[in-house]
Amino acid sequence: MTPEMKGFLLVSVIKMLVVFTVIMVGVALLTLMERKVSAWMQNRRGPNRVGPAGLLQPAADGLKNILKEETFPALANRWLFLLAPAMSFIPALLLSAVIPFGAPLPLDFDFTLGPLGQFVHQGPMPLVVADLPIGFLFVLAISSMGVYGIALAGWSSNSKYSLLGGLRASAQMVSYEVPLALSLIPVLLLAGNVNFSAIVQGQQAGLWYVLPLFLSFFIFLISGLAETNRVPFDLPEAEAELIAGYHTEYSAMKFSFFFIAEYANVVTVCAMVTTLFFGGWDIPFTRWDESGGVLQTLATAASFFVKVMFWIFFVMWIRWTLPRFRYDQLMALGWKVLLPLALAYIMVICVAIYVLDRFTGLTDPITQSLGLFGLNVVIAVLVFGLLDRGVFVRGSARQRRALEATARRPQVVT
Amino acid sequence: MTAQEIVFLLLGVVTVGSAVLVVTTRRLVHAALWLVVSFGALAGSYLVLTAEFVAWAQVLIYVGAVVVLLLFGVMLTEAPIGRSDALDSGNRWAALAIATATAGVLVTVVVRGFKDAYLPPRPGGGTAGVIGSSVFRGWVLPLEVLSLLLLATLVGAIVLSRTDVVREPSDDHDDHDDHGDPADHGDHDGQGRGDA
Repeated sequence: MTPEMKGFLLVSVIKMLVVFTVIMVGVALLTLMERKVSAWMQNRRGPNRVGPAGLLQPAADGLKNILKEETFPALANRWLFLLAPAMSFIPALLLSAVIPFGAPLPLDFDFTLGPLGQFVHQGPMPLVVADLPIGFLFVLAISSMGVYGIALAGWSSNSKYSLLGGLRASAQMVSYEVPLALSLIPVLLLAGNVNFSAIVQGQQAGLWYVLPLFLSFFIFLISGLAETNRVPFDLPEAEAELIAGYHTEYSAMKFSFFFIAEYANVVTVCAMVTTLFFGGWDIPFTRWDESGGVLQTLATAASFFVKVMFWIFFVMWIRWTLPRFRYDQLMALGWKVLLPLALAYIMVICVAIYVLDRFTGLTDPITQSLGLFGLNVVIAVLVFGLLDRGVFVRGSARQRRALEATARRPQVVT
Repeated sequence: MTAQEIVFLLLGVVTVGSAVLVVTTRRLVHAALWLVVSFGALAGSYLVLTAEFVAWAQVLIYVGAVVVLLLFGVMLTEAPIGRSDALDSGNRWAALAIATATAGVLVTVVVRGFKDAYLPPRPGGGTAGVIGSSVFRGWVLPLEVLSLLLLATLVGAIVLSRTDVVREPSDDHDDHDDHGDPADHGDHDGQGRGDA
């Protein structure tokens, strides 16, 4: 093995350990954050007994879950019952491997380590575990495997509630995968590449893609929420109707594995939203990937972290704000609204990019993005007006007028 | 033998072995899961041959969608936890003969067709860029014909599954509940078969 190869392996192992640790510790803290955020939104205090301000609550929960008795349904399918929690957890971790979390770090070292020999690394090291040239397809392929854990947990428990939860999960995740994949296509068209680092660089050169591709962002966010089975799409585990659905029969650490998986999925989806639509690690008005100092690189990583945290908060905010969908509403939204919308949007963006490239002299990425942004404002107004159908915008006004009328009437009568 | 060839061979063994288990296991859901293993190992073989795009497309479509739908169908109808004896068939020898014959024909054709033509796999030979330009430049007509075929299938599926074709045209089709109205449902079934 050459010294360069060994250096590469060493760097890769360190990156893997860092990403894995951050995700696992982050997931533990997110369970606390979820409870704190919900408490804050409901004007409560939330967990505050273990450690300062309840900070050690996740540790206490983890310890409790390890010490609890593992129950095993007598009629369950033993192997799949054991395998299902891991299968729901692995895809979420795999996905974190392709997301770039900072500008390339300048790193040169050359040292010899006893019997292991010489390690050499030169040039900037990309801050991503595996910079796959096929990026987006890997993400779609792996996230499509996440459904197995839930579906098999539901089936192998041999319980009617679990089975219903598993069925709902598989139908829901297969349905929302389609708009999720289609909403990525405009991003790839605009970036001209399927690799995540290239997509981030494209956003550095132009605007963050949330502006020129607003509708894509909207569809991606909704489908992403549905893929992670979070409220308002948490039908597979609807506790009021299914007694927690697919994990009814699980206990102790196997049970908490499903929650680790759920939060890991939330982190991954939020990281994807950040990378695809909010410039990834980009800090606006800077080009710090080229200047290449260690401090600058750390600043970009911090910027990525802040953006991801905002989206995680956003997801929790939605959870404690919106009620759950009904199942037919869920399917109608996926197949009758998001899918046609995504397809039509791809067509519009294709034509718009072609026209901008060919018939206007606007080759600068920023002016091009601004042109697309203008188009998107028009589309967004049309689409949301159409989706709204007078329910929120005019509907509330009408309601208010009716209320005012009824409030006035008694005065007139008396 | 290079390491690449060894990995390729091992993946081939896994593919064939799990494929055999798909048809021999007595548990319905296990059969579907062995199919996942088989498709996964096949995707791994594509990866070893540097065909990245094909490999991940295989995972996305076959592992992530086709088998999930299959499992969904099985779980929706009947998915016993234990063994089911109905999975055995008296035709197994005929099936074995046909499978062996098909495999024989395919292997002979491929081996005789490509005899000594080796193409060393090169890194980056199967990325999205390469596949995309070859499909949309050289093979655009076959691709469009295939997409038309898929569109026809889609339209066919929608026509077959419609429950409101024989009803009087009404304003709201979405509210139709075919469990609540058995007579109507029966009517439609007859009509549907006639159409098909």
